[in-house]
Formats: sequence, C-alpha cells, structure tokens
Amino acid sequence: MTIATTDRVPIELVRGRGGGGPASTRTVVAYGFWIFIISDIAMFSALFAAYAVLSGRTAGGLTGRELIDLRHVFIETVCLLVSSYTCGLGALSAERGQRERYLVFAAFTFVLGAAFLFVEISDFVGMVRVGAGPWRSAYLSAFFTLVGMHGAHVTGGLLWLAYMVAQVIAKGLRPHVLRRLLCFSLFWHALDIVWVGVFTLVYLKGAR
Amino acid sequence: MNGDDRLYDRTPGVEHQESRASVESYTVGLGLALLLTIASFVVSQTNLLWPPGVPAGLIVLALAQIGVHLVFFLHIGFGPDSTNNVLALAFGVLVVFLVIAGAVGIMANLNYMMPMPR
Repeated sequence: MTIATTDRVPIELVRGRGGGGPASTRTVVAYGFWIFIISDIAMFSALFAAYAVLSGRTAGGLTGRELIDLRHVFIETVCLLVSSYTCGLGALSAERGQRERYLVFAAFTFVLGAAFLFVEISDFVGMVRVGAGPWRSAYLSAFFTLVGMHGAHVTGGLLWLAYMVAQVIAKGLRPHVLRRLLCFSLFWHALDIVWVGVFTLVYLKGAR
Repeated sequence: MNGDDRLYDRTPGVEHQESRASVESYTVGLGLALLLTIASFVVSQTNLLWPPGVPAGLIVLALAQIGVHLVFFLHIGFGPDSTNNVLALAFGVLVVFLVIAGAVGIMANLNYMMPMPR
C-alpha cells in the first residue's frame, strides 16, 4: 500500500477519474443530458432506417421529385443553422453574465426557429392539399414520421426556449438557470445535427 | 489538486477555459457549415460530380458537416478531459450504424429473396 503524495498525483486519482471527489454539478448535469441526446439520436436512427427502407414505396402516388421544393429546404436549413449560431452566442453571453445580450440572442434564436417551423408546416399543408398526406403511401408515411418528429422536437425546443427566457427574466442568471441553459444549447445544436441527416437523405436525395 | 486543468472532465457544449476565442469558434463553425450546406445543394442539383457518385458525395458532405457541428458548436474534443463525452458519442454512433445499416441490409436482402407479385 502506497501513500499518495500531493506533489505528483497519479492519473487515476485526478478529479473526474475516480479520485479527488465527485465532478462538479455542472459537469454531471451536462454529461447526463449528453447521454439523453445520444439516446434521442438513437431513436431518430430507427426513423431514418424506416425511411431508407420505404423511400421507394410510393404506391403510384406522388414521388419526392414532384413534391419537394429545394428552395424551401434551403431556407429552412439556413434558418436552423443561424439559430444554432445565435443560440451559441446567447449561451456565451449568459456565461459572462450579460443578461440583456442573452435576451437579444434568445429572441433571434426563437424567431429563426419559428421561421423554420412556419416553412415546414406550410410545406406539409401544401402536400396534404395535393393528396400527398401520410396515408397515401409507405414513402409518405415514413416521410411525415421522420420530418414531423424533427419538427416536433423543434416545437418542443421553442417552448423550452420561451420557458428559459422567462426563468432568466424572473430569476436572473443563477447557477441552476445557467445549467438549464447549457442543456438547452446542447439540445438545440443536436437538432441541427439531426437536420443535416434529414435534408441530405430525405430532401437532397429524394429530389433527385 | 493537480493543477493541470486538462485532466478535469470537460462538459459537453462548453469550450475549455478561454471565453474570448469562443465567438470566433462559433463564427468559424457557422461559416464552414454554410459552405458545406451550399456545397451539398450544388452537388445534388448539378452534374459537377460524376452522377453515380453523387449519393456518396452527399454522404461525405453530411458527415463533414456533422463533424463541424460537433467540434465548433458542441465543442467535443479529443483531449483527455472529454474522454467520457467521446466514449458516449462513440457508443451512439455504433448504435446508429447498427440500426440503419442493419435495417437497410436486411430489407434489401428480403426484397431480393422474396420478390412480391406485382
């Protein structure tokens, strides 16, 4: 048995690696949320797999080439990307205690996310109008399930963002509010990663 | 305590220590992501690439963009401080690969072995 000396600590005894006490609450909270995000992406992978298998089964209905307007998809992509950027800048201002700057960036994030949803929902309504609803073919069922699930996540993210803004206004940038903000940023960036898969597989490949 | 900060666990989504370089990192990430997005739209709409190679090109561009998001927006690094985050991510990638490649492979095989009457 050896006695650890303080001048040179072996790597196994360093904090966060089993030694030196537990990791900070912030690290634990964010790591737990990171695990949730990865399980959420695993759930999305099942929907991606269903879409990949069913994408050719149009049952004589309209195909992606006839339904998809890539200009709308480009607008949606840019909205989501820039909202991810403003979300990151907002998180930075919150970390530095700049409350007003955070609120401005949160407003930008919200507006861009809402613009994304508006374009997506009006596209969905347009598709249903021409008789291409999710009941028409296996391809459209898979399409609406995958894209709609992403849209539902964005909707949930917008509600969460509004709730976070209310917390920042009512409680200020306290440590537990900052931890929730960190989780929200992780969630919002992860939605962008899922969207990269959606626009590549569903839209760019479907429109060819 | 050791004093060497790189040995502490890093939190996903947070850049380490410095706060001045972070705005730059987000801006570089946005620029790269926009560039890759435009590239994938151009590749899918023109014949710039050899047409049968377009799906592969799109997949490469999507993977590059996911990498940009992970590094510049989620700040997932490969230093000793984010070992846990990268391990969790690697497991997630394995699950995603098994689900998608497995489903597509098995269904393609079934289609080949059991042709349905038209």
